[in-house]
Amino acid sequence: MTAEVSRRAVLAGGAALGLAACSPATAAPYPGALLGADVRRGHRLRDAKGQSAFPPPSGAEERIPLVIAGGGVAGLAAGWRLAEAGFGDFALLELENEAGGNARGGGNAVTQFPWGAHYLPVPNREARGLIHMLRGFGMITGEDASGAPIYDPYHLCADLEERLLWRGTWQEGLYPASGLGAADIAQHDRFNAAMEHFRAAVGTDGRPAFASPSALSSRDPAFAALDGQSFAAWLDAQGFTSGPLRAHLRYCCRDDYGTEPDGVSAWAGIHYFAGRRGWAAGGAGQSELTWPEGNARLARLIAARLHPQIRPSHSVVRVVRDGDDVVIDTLDHLAGTIRRIRAGAVILAIPDFVARHVAPDFVGHAGFSYAPWVVANVAVSRQPWGAGVPLAWDNVSAGSETLGYVVATHQTQSAPDGPSVLTWYNALSVGDPAVQRRMMLRRSLGEWQKIIAADLLTMNPELDGAIERIDVWRWGHAMVQPVPGFRADPARVVARAGQGAGPVFRAHSDLSGLSLFEEAHYLGLAAAEGALRHLGRPVESLL
Amino acid sequence: MVDQDVGPNAGPPRAHAAILLLSVLVVATCGLIYELLAGTLASYLLGDSVTQFSTVIGCYLFAMGGGSFLSRYVRRDELGAFIRVEIMIAALGGWSAAGLFMAFPLAADFRVLLYALVLAIGALVGLEIPLLIRILQHRFGFRELVSNVLTYDYVGALIASLAFPLLLVPHLGMIRTGMVFGLANVAVAIALLLVLRGTRAVAADLVAAGLVGASLIVGLTMAERIQRWSEIAYYGEGVIHSRTTPYQRIVLTRRGADLRLYLNGNLQFSSRDEYRYHEALVWPVLGRVAHPARVLVLGGGDGLAAREILRDDRVRHVQLVDLDPEMTRMFRDTPQLAALNHHSLSSPRMTVTNADAFRWVRAASGPYDAVIVDFPDPTEYSLGKLYTESFYREVARLLAPDGVMVVQSTSPLVAPRSFWTVATTLEAAGLTTRGYHAYVPSFGEWGYTLAGHGQPALIEAAHLPAGLRFLNAVSEPLMFDFPPDMARRVTPVNRLDNQALVRSFAEEWAKYDG
Ligand SMILES: Cc1cc2nc3c(=O)[nH]c(=O)nc-3n(C[C@H](O)[C@H](O)[C@H](O)COP(=O)(O)OP(=O)(O)OC[C@H]3O[C@@H](n4cnc5c(N)ncnc54)[C@H](O)[C@@H]3O)c2cc1C
Repeated sequence: MTAEVSRRAVLAGGAALGLAACSPATAAPYPGALLGADVRRGHRLRDAKGQSAFPPPSGAEERIPLVIAGGGVAGLAAGWRLAEAGFGDFALLELENEAGGNARGGGNAVTQFPWGAHYLPVPNREARGLIHMLRGFGMITGEDASGAPIYDPYHLCADLEERLLWRGTWQEGLYPASGLGAADIAQHDRFNAAMEHFRAAVGTDGRPAFASPSALSSRDPAFAALDGQSFAAWLDAQGFTSGPLRAHLRYCCRDDYGTEPDGVSAWAGIHYFAGRRGWAAGGAGQSELTWPEGNARLARLIAARLHPQIRPSHSVVRVVRDGDDVVIDTLDHLAGTIRRIRAGAVILAIPDFVARHVAPDFVGHAGFSYAPWVVANVAVSRQPWGAGVPLAWDNVSAGSETLGYVVATHQTQSAPDGPSVLTWYNALSVGDPAVQRRMMLRRSLGEWQKIIAADLLTMNPELDGAIERIDVWRWGHAMVQPVPGFRADPARVVARAGQGAGPVFRAHSDLSGLSLFEEAHYLGLAAAEGALRHLGRPVESLL
Repeated sequence: MVDQDVGPNAGPPRAHAAILLLSVLVVATCGLIYELLAGTLASYLLGDSVTQFSTVIGCYLFAMGGGSFLSRYVRRDELGAFIRVEIMIAALGGWSAAGLFMAFPLAADFRVLLYALVLAIGALVGLEIPLLIRILQHRFGFRELVSNVLTYDYVGALIASLAFPLLLVPHLGMIRTGMVFGLANVAVAIALLLVLRGTRAVAADLVAAGLVGASLIVGLTMAERIQRWSEIAYYGEGVIHSRTTPYQRIVLTRRGADLRLYLNGNLQFSSRDEYRYHEALVWPVLGRVAHPARVLVLGGGDGLAAREILRDDRVRHVQLVDLDPEMTRMFRDTPQLAALNHHSLSSPRMTVTNADAFRWVRAASGPYDAVIVDFPDPTEYSLGKLYTESFYREVARLLAPDGVMVVQSTSPLVAPRSFWTVATTLEAAGLTTRGYHAYVPSFGEWGYTLAGHGQPALIEAAHLPAGLRFLNAVSEPLMFDFPPDMARRVTPVNRLDNQALVRSFAEEWAKYDG
């Protein structure tokens, strides 16, 4: 995952750690561990530059009709689509010990918790494949008279969903409800009306202006033009200058894209608000689906079904074409051996910055930029509260640069107090991502713990003495950034156009430019259907 | 001036300087601790921690500035002044936490007291460093002096800020923390007095320091009792048992023959009239089930509902699920409490499981012939989950086809919308319902909801055992009559994602309480 990190940065980080060990100021104040994608495994890929650094393949060449490289949501969704079509003759190769990618989770004696993605908005009507899968998992239990899916309430985010620490008091919702001037209120109303307009808008091609998955959005130039400028510039041009409004929109951009409003295309910024038309019975359309372990719930449900096909701790190190076939070299990290697989088709569900190294014949361009994130799971002996409305699922402070915390026991616990785990999020969105990434890796566990504890205690001083453990996960390339022009980026256009051809199909959320579950899922399904067709297996599309 | 005080023959000046510098460290640590104590206590007792912390810190810093300013009026004998300041800080700071705890339930305006104390301590602490600098000014060069004093001052602040949350509050508690640091101030005063013995009259100051120190030592040994006493004042009756578990603060009080249980300050029962509440909770259900062999109790860790259930010989097995192990242990093992529930929690027919019922019901399997749902009122979103359609669907799954269940459903008089929301929600989960109510003096008019799988038993008369104190064949049917002020009304279904009940409950009780 962090294959792009330079060796110098790692050495510097190592030196900092070495120093940290002797200086009491950076000793870790709490128990905990510093975690992250397996940097060592990632680096072997980058440094190998193709194959030379790896031993030659050993053992007989294996023949598998279809190979999926990468077991994030996109790769898993592809596998799920194959299984759904009754096709089991494939292997899914995943670098880490466990599939899930950014949708992995952990657990302790009290609860499961997420390490990355933690929710999925109730899907839109057009997300047919996703709705089909949720029905298969029993999360959709039926349909109302209009055909809208009925969601099992256990999977919908329980009330109270969100609260904001605003001027010393927790209030319901994430937008300030008090102390705003008339102009602020008017701008906020005008902004909501504009988003409502975009939500309902349909392009000249008959498609929704902003669809989710985004691939189904209209190509109407009137909307496509929004991709050419930054969200910040668009807001300025529209006269959306209110301080509280801009602060809220900044929070939204960082929360969904890990990026500042001036680094996000106006199309992506608007998509956040206008792309959601959740389709559900009983007014649950605005809701979110969430679980203690976050989207790891979905990743694990799929992975359980694909158990025979998933090969964890297997990196794809080289993908080349050989006649009609594709030859894939895979490194078994436990055995330390390289094996060669010959396949009729391959689905590349690995991030673009890795694919560039291992499959240069199929991925060739300058590369995307990625936002680094830090996620911490904080075990507490009692739950936070504070003045104003009580603890919610998502708790955010207007006075903090961080993205706040979600409560892992929110969905499962009815005890008003007692131990829990708070999952703290921060997108390192300010300035150059490469610099932020270096700084992120250089900081010691103790330093991160202090930053995180200080942020939590500023929001909830009553947690004093209640923090028992802080584990910190560093995501070097957490999310691809939907920079201005990302929809028109030739790399994406080419990759999307190549979808039908084969034998290599691409399916990572990087290709959509929006790092979201719905996007990864859609791309996985599209790649799987393309690959099945390529292998001469007719499928009725779920898209 | 300093030389006048200490004198060349009072010991090597360097040693004094060292003691004085060390005292900078101690007083800086103590000063910050008192500030943190006041801030934490204020947010603990008054809520709204951000406001409390920032106003306390602001006042404190302002008062320190005032103290520094006032130091110019100390014209002579800085050392004597410093020692007296130490003794005063020891008394005020050392007793601050205990004093605030005790004063909270009694004081008419707690805030006035709080800020007066913060200002007083802040002003005294503000005097310390200027005095010390003046005392030390002949010992060191100016540059060295300022650097030394400030270094020790900031190191002290660091020690305090780390030790307070990590060591002191978790291990000593707030009351003892105050006293321990008060003793440190006393120690500084006494150490200086002892060093100065030969050069000046120290007896009066020594006595004062000794008295303050002694009071703090006594206070240390009584910290537990002080905490309890402050609660006595809050509850207005004798606290005979109190315990903070990971889930709640359990307080048991007694006045005369009346035992009362409070969870987080909310009354759960009074032994004077709990028989009314529990007979009304249990017997309308048991009286309508032909063969109540297996009974499930959700909540009810006090074992009082179980006491009623176990009076029925037809009952073979009671499964009780309560969140808090401390609660069930207390009501099983404390003789007084076990006497109240007739040792129901140690009955061979009883199984106690400590678990969150919201999770437990999802994994459990039935069938149960009767289910008693006796949870705290839906005052919080977390508790509100135990009153949702999703939860009742699971309970309905556990309920035998001809079984009957009951749900404690708050007051239909105070909160009629909330009361009937429970019925609406049970019905949305596919059950039929019948509400009723009883008068329990310590609670007021209280409501319950019977539910079942549509069997006629709900509307039939109950078969009640003889010997009940509250219910008989005449009084029981009367409970099902609702006068207009409590009559059924249309309400939403309480779901996990709307928590309609928590919202209406808060509204209705707030209106009632004024
Ligand atoms: C902190 C954080 C919070 C997020 N929160 C949300 C959220 O709440 N909701 C939401 O919808 N989205 C969220 N996201 C976005 C999330 O990235 C997407 O939802 C989705 O999980 C992306 O899936 P993917 O398959 O496209 O990519 P990835 O998760 O990146 O999957 C790629 C997989 O390929 C593997 N791999 C890499 N190289 C190789 C190789 N050479 N060989 C074999 N395998 C390899 C990786 O180990 C990984 O498992 C969040 C992301 C982060 C980091």
